[in-house]
Amino acid sequence: MDVILFLIFAIIAVVCAINVVVQTHPISSAISLVGVMGSLAVLYLLLGAEFIAAAQVIVYAGAIMVLFVFVIMLLNAGAETKKGQSTMALFLGVPLLAGLLIVMSWYLQGWFPANTTVHFGGFSLPALPGKVAESGGSAHQVGMALFTTYLLPFEVTSVLILIAILGAIVLARKEMD
Amino acid sequence: MDLTFVVISLIKILVVFAVLMTTLAYLQWVERKVIAHIQVRPGPYRVGPHGLLQPLADVIKLLTKEDLVPPYVNKALYLAAPFLAITMALLSISVIPFGPEITVFGHQTLMQLTDLNIGVLFVLAVSSLGVYGIALAGWSSNNKYALIGGLRSSAQMISYELPMSLAIAAPLLISNTLSLHDLVMRQEGSILSWNLLHGPFPQIFSFIIFLIAAFAETNRVPFDLPEAENELVAGFHTEYSSMKFASFFMAEYANMITVSSMATLLFLGGWMAPWPEKYGSSFVPAVIFAFAGVVALYHGMHAARRRDKKTLPVFGIIFLLIAVVFVLPITQIWLIPLFWFCAKTGAILFTFMWVRGTLPRFRYDQLMGFTWKFLFPVAILNLLVTGFLVAWFS
Amino acid sequence: MSEIPISWFLTLSAILFALGVAGFLFRRNIITVFMSIELMLNAVNLSFITFSYKLQKVDGHLLAFFVMVVAAAEAAVGLAIILTVFKNRATLNIDEIDSMKN
Repeated sequence: MDVILFLIFAIIAVVCAINVVVQTHPISSAISLVGVMGSLAVLYLLLGAEFIAAAQVIVYAGAIMVLFVFVIMLLNAGAETKKGQSTMALFLGVPLLAGLLIVMSWYLQGWFPANTTVHFGGFSLPALPGKVAESGGSAHQVGMALFTTYLLPFEVTSVLILIAILGAIVLARKEMD
Repeated sequence: MDLTFVVISLIKILVVFAVLMTTLAYLQWVERKVIAHIQVRPGPYRVGPHGLLQPLADVIKLLTKEDLVPPYVNKALYLAAPFLAITMALLSISVIPFGPEITVFGHQTLMQLTDLNIGVLFVLAVSSLGVYGIALAGWSSNNKYALIGGLRSSAQMISYELPMSLAIAAPLLISNTLSLHDLVMRQEGSILSWNLLHGPFPQIFSFIIFLIAAFAETNRVPFDLPEAENELVAGFHTEYSSMKFASFFMAEYANMITVSSMATLLFLGGWMAPWPEKYGSSFVPAVIFAFAGVVALYHGMHAARRRDKKTLPVFGIIFLLIAVVFVLPITQIWLIPLFWFCAKTGAILFTFMWVRGTLPRFRYDQLMGFTWKFLFPVAILNLLVTGFLVAWFS
Repeated sequence: MSEIPISWFLTLSAILFALGVAGFLFRRNIITVFMSIELMLNAVNLSFITFSYKLQKVDGHLLAFFVMVVAAAEAAVGLAIILTVFKNRATLNIDEIDSMKN
């Protein structure tokens, strides 16, 4: 059951990712990327990361990619024109990339022998005080780690977001002069 | 995974789907009637008694209309967009609990398709994907009105999602759970233990913010800029006809039901009665239906029109029978929570229609200014005060 | 068999990352290039979550969470830059945006 689910969504993710790269129209790429993100969210659920799966859909698919689609629609970006593309890059790059992947997966198989496996519900952590035991990736566990161990990075990211908002406004506002 | 679980789940899915589809069709009839009565006219009246078969007629009309695809559209996305919109709208119903845990033929089961421990996040995630249906419909139609409608809707829905999420976060701080079933169970008691009035800080402000944001998220008046008919023809669904048009329509109504149920679950105590059972709250539905039945019978006796002489007594008897069903102990256990849930959700749905009959449309810059300059800061302030008070008193 | 070898997840992550790199190098539309970066970030997130499962620790989830936050900030600024570039040069082709070259 778990293996079938993994295979289905892994194949969807790979096919969509290939589509992101080969589609010439940016909006087709954007929709394919949403497909990748959705299937990755399912794989996160399989790995016991419920909170991250929900955040993935809300933040990535629901906010960032909508922003991309919005900008593509706003600029009315057309299909990419094929010019100045080096065929050398294509004929050399793709086999090299495939070779790299094969070597990498070979090493991965070696580093993680077949007895280290994943099954649904296999990610568990000791229950927090005053709570029933939940999956390790529940909002309680992630929140507890976020506001204790990772408090400083969390606060720093809030400053980062503030800077990003200001930067976006400064860049996108109408010229005053 | 045993067989009974699968069978019970399948039955639940079928029941919820059938009820939901009927509700979607009849919600539109209710809305037309409500708007009509606000504008002092009778509304649909021709098909069936009091226009009750109007939804059926509409469905037949939409099904038999020509399903045309205009030239120069992006075919794949044009066909996928209504499908996407309706799927995302129906998906979030799967985690909405309609009632408590009940026993059916000796099997314990929740009156809910599935109880996720991240149920609230699931609803937020799915509803945030709903914008793709509208944005892609607008873009792929290759029509400037549709494009402007799609652009407006994506900007509007991203903007109003922020105050909505912040308004949802405040009652979650009090309830301290993300599962929708637990959320309701922690509001047990009377009206004073609902999140709307309970706790260190009553969530009245976040309820109002949530409702306003919900109007914008579902593209309803006064925020229906994506389909503003007097400037954009029909907005994002200008080029759609037949069942593809109906899908957008159904998606809008399904989204309305979802946000109304969410408001009920988060703020109004879900299926809990407003006061405890020992003070007779379990007799309220029976009394209401019996009263409605008596009124209908009375008007049937003194009918103003000839047809009412037959139809009103029939309705009266149906209402009286429903009242009897509510008193029977076997059915009472699971019908009473369902009644309260439907009553609360229905009240919010009525507010949607009421506002549509009352308020004019916003201008687009006012709409954006309102959320970013007023709603968003107020929602943050509300969340801060709630968080501070919850930490102080716990 | 209901057990998935952990290396499958990491291989999938590697494949997605490689596709992201390919998109980044081959594509000429600045928005698609940007989307390839998002694809790479997603691939990295998958490995974080997988390692979190392997080590039975929640820390990987936190890293993935921070990656998402940074990606959101990056998307906001990056798309604002794209809007400005398009306003000034009326093109999205990265080969034509070359005024720093000469």
